Amino acid sequence: MKRYSAFAVAREAFRNHLGWDRAWRAARPKDRYDVVIVGAGGHGLATAYYLGRNFGITNVAILEKGWLGGGNTGRNTTIIRSNYLQDASAAIYEKSRSLYETLSQDINYNVMFSPRGVMMLAQTQHEIRGYERTAHANALQGVETRFIGPREVKQLCPIINLDGPRYPVLGALWQPRGGTARHDAVAWGYARACSDMGMDIIQQCEVTGVRSVGGQVTGVDTSKGAIACSKLGIVVAGHSGVLADMAGFRLPVESVALQALVSEPIKPCMDVVVMANTVHGYMSQSDKGEMVIGGGADGYNNYTQRGSFHHIEETVRALVETFPMISRLKMLRQWGGIVDMTGDRSPILSATPLSGCFINCGWGTGGFKAIPGSGWGMAELMAKGHSPLTAEFGLTRFAEGRFIDESVAAGVAH
Amino acid sequence: MLILTCPCCGVTGEETEFHGGGEAHLTRYGPGSSDEEFQAYLFRRENPKGVHFERWRHVNGCGKWFHAARCTVTLEVFGTYPAQTFRPPEDLLERIREKRPGWRWKDFS
Repeated sequence: MKRYSAFAVAREAFRNHLGWDRAWRAARPKDRYDVVIVGAGGHGLATAYYLGRNFGITNVAILEKGWLGGGNTGRNTTIIRSNYLQDASAAIYEKSRSLYETLSQDINYNVMFSPRGVMMLAQTQHEIRGYERTAHANALQGVETRFIGPREVKQLCPIINLDGPRYPVLGALWQPRGGTARHDAVAWGYARACSDMGMDIIQQCEVTGVRSVGGQVTGVDTSKGAIACSKLGIVVAGHSGVLADMAGFRLPVESVALQALVSEPIKPCMDVVVMANTVHGYMSQSDKGEMVIGGGADGYNNYTQRGSFHHIEETVRALVETFPMISRLKMLRQWGGIVDMTGDRSPILSATPLSGCFINCGWGTGGFKAIPGSGWGMAELMAKGHSPLTAEFGLTRFAEGRFIDESVAAGVAH
Repeated sequence: MLILTCPCCGVTGEETEFHGGGEAHLTRYGPGSSDEEFQAYLFRRENPKGVHFERWRHVNGCGKWFHAARCTVTLEVFGTYPAQTFRPPEDLLERIREKRPGWRWKDFS
């Protein structure tokens, strides 16, 4: 693989850009791999990448039904933060956020990580108490956050309306090293690094069945033929239930559509991410100038990648109250992704009833920020059978009552 | 937009008039059941990509709970029926089988 660098850009500028390699090889499936990962989204690719980088396991195939990064990885609002309350959540999300800091150098691909700061508005007395508690918990966990007053909120984000008619802004939980990254670049960068290690990324290859002998996984059936493997990682977000059904178990997961929308591009007006959980809306400005807005999740199971219209109305109504200047903006695009919501709204990174088969799902509405940390933990889990990062996120917690008491994927505002 | 007909009051309304209540026909395990059974009741879900039986409440109307059979891919509603039953009515199952050849009721309840 040729390294990307300023020198390479200059060199290619003199050669009509004819010297660039494909970022990843178009692979044909082999008969057998040590590890097969289903799902070439961020989490699947990151799992494969850290399997290779941290454990030297490179005989890996990553199977993708559609196109690489075309699911939730390409549909989220790119927010990265780690200001969670519970230790287990803070550990994996902070690992992830810290990996994002150096990801571009690590995989030699510019993921445009922008630690511009994330603020979560407190608009009720209850939220003030909750966020102050989170700030204290984060101090103990080594996650840098603090609670700030309304004046500092206004300084950081001048376009905000502090004296909203329903919910005035009373303060915010501020994480200065949170921010955004380019979501497609995260998938493409990991894919390029995986391909460089000799892994096969096979797109338009739908898994149609899971093969097992005596409770041990032996391979998968796909639209491109059967592929044998010793270990199988299911990392398919919204379709986790479908894959689990093939593997012969049921998950505590329901799939719903979550929406986002972007406005027409405008001049820079907001250099932080603002999340308003009470009124259900959040917004940031992309490098192109579009206001990126996250909407609510549908109230019923579906796989439509579309979402109900009234959720957009609710979200936009809330944001117009919070940011009056956006009331004149035209909205450019709207889309939906299928998020997998677990019973306690925290993710599942776990072995499964089928030996050799591991699952990474349940990131729900907040998966993008977790991609590197999730891949790191999942790779360790698949290579060694256990990982300190994923220990609390096992499937058995639902039977044992060890829930992670935190609305990590709350159905809104991620 | 999803449009449902409440079988209790007969009103047809948009989804904002109703509130989803999750999967229908769950087996409700009570005291004395195993952890595994209780977990299945509380958390395990079919979550099918296709025909889904679910509970709805006519929250901005008559307030009654009812059941609906709906496709989670196309949002097509096959029918709604009163909640006082352990399995969907036979004519509804027949209608679904006609529209989705090969589909069968799994008898999870």
